[in-house]
Amino acid sequence: MRPFIFSKSSALSQALSKKNNTTQFIAGGTNLVDLMKKNIAQPESLVDITTVLPDKITTNTKSIQIGAMVRNTAITNNATVKAKYPLLAKAILAGASPQIRNMASTGGNLLQRTRCPYFYDITTPCNKRKPGTGCSAMQGQNRMNAIVGYSDQCVAVHPSDMCVALAALDATVTLTTKNNKQENIAFTNFHRLPENLPERDNNLPANALIHSISINENPFNKNYAYVKLRDRDSYAFALVSVAAALQLSGNTIVQARLASGGVAHKPWRWTEAEQYLKGKAATATTFSEAATMITKGLKPLSHNGFKVPLLHGAVETALQNCLVASQ
Amino acid sequence: MKQEHSRRFFLKTSSVLAAFAMIPRTAKAFYEEVKNFFVPNKEVLPLTVSINKKKYSIKADTRTTLLDLLREDLHLTGTKKGCDHGQCGACTVHVNGERVLSCLTLAAMVSGKEVTTIEGLANEDKLHPMQQAFIECDGFQCGYCTPGQIMSAVACVNEGHTGSVAEIKEFMSGNLCRCGAYNGIVQSIQKVAP
Repeated sequence: MRPFIFSKSSALSQALSKKNNTTQFIAGGTNLVDLMKKNIAQPESLVDITTVLPDKITTNTKSIQIGAMVRNTAITNNATVKAKYPLLAKAILAGASPQIRNMASTGGNLLQRTRCPYFYDITTPCNKRKPGTGCSAMQGQNRMNAIVGYSDQCVAVHPSDMCVALAALDATVTLTTKNNKQENIAFTNFHRLPENLPERDNNLPANALIHSISINENPFNKNYAYVKLRDRDSYAFALVSVAAALQLSGNTIVQARLASGGVAHKPWRWTEAEQYLKGKAATATTFSEAATMITKGLKPLSHNGFKVPLLHGAVETALQNCLVASQ
Repeated sequence: MKQEHSRRFFLKTSSVLAAFAMIPRTAKAFYEEVKNFFVPNKEVLPLTVSINKKKYSIKADTRTTLLDLLREDLHLTGTKKGCDHGQCGACTVHVNGERVLSCLTLAAMVSGKEVTTIEGLANEDKLHPMQQAFIECDGFQCGYCTPGQIMSAVACVNEGHTGSVAEIKEFMSGNLCRCGAYNGIVQSIQKVAP
């Protein structure tokens, strides 16, 4: 690890004034410290922002606001989250380990880097780590990589589970900018696709940091499911994951939400399938057709073709589980 | 004579050209390349940490993780270094009563917080009930992952995640055991669980 200057910030505005190319913020540290050990992140100075970010969950009748410093575990233990936004808690609990969830911050979860093996191996080319060097995963070991939305420059996937639920629930990210103003950005627009700038994971402006996440009250607290398929039963990144939520009127689907992790550079919403499900009867046939709609346009790489049928099954299972949850 | 001159000229110009070719295209990339040759001096921070209810004032490199502070600086070697990348749980300790990975925690960030390690679990000569349970239920074989397993197990019970074997397994999944003593570990936790 390269030596760095460490400082603790006493105010949000002070932290933002220090932000530049060679300075990085640290909150939970579960990803950044690891990246620093591997010389992938080499900040010249590190600013501890744990005491300046909001660390409370506040609720009102219409929405919930989660401060950027709220630890992952705290979200899953929050009574309002459990009652009104249980999909979020379920997705968080599917990720990492209890130790890491105790450390990891909400803002950091959004900003975590991909776990593509070539991004982590500094002896290999990687456009995300070193722009312009090429993508090793495209023709390499890419069984964990993307099946949709990738470019010829990068096939990495976003590793978060929490973000899949936030995408499904149409959350909003609130940013604080350098002049201490707040700006909102729709969650689904926060992360980006690699295109020609694979080194950029998201649309967070250079002069801003994440202040909080908010979710509007929604009818998805009864019929929801998070299905995560991985190489082992727990404590592994998703091969594919599906967050599903249904609003039902009797057996008819009023509206549906479907999002996936492990498939793209950003948490992926299946809006076409959501539209298809609207107004249909909640039956196994409908679910299967929605899954087919999702998987028909996918373009797997050389080693991850298995993700297509896996995702098909995960979508069907998630939608079926939505019905079980209601009983 | 003339020939030697031209050979030297050739070597000079070609090496200059080669050097130019190696300079990355953008100023930022060039800066990144140059940075690799000049390693800055290490930064040292004064820290006050409370470990097992004992206060320590110590100077440490800013890069020091809590794990290295414990093992290398304070010689509290009960906490083990397994993978050093947050994948195995061998380094699990409690910070302010919650289980965390000491290998991914910078020592500078626990200043003013209360750290508990495996050495701080027993009450003098009387083992913590979880330590006793691990002995009685064969919760380990080689013992390397055991301090992390026990710290995690104590937290697992405190958090109330002991409702079923499946729940225990899920909430202990951050601690790997290469000997495969998992059944004994689950039994130890069941024994201590209320």
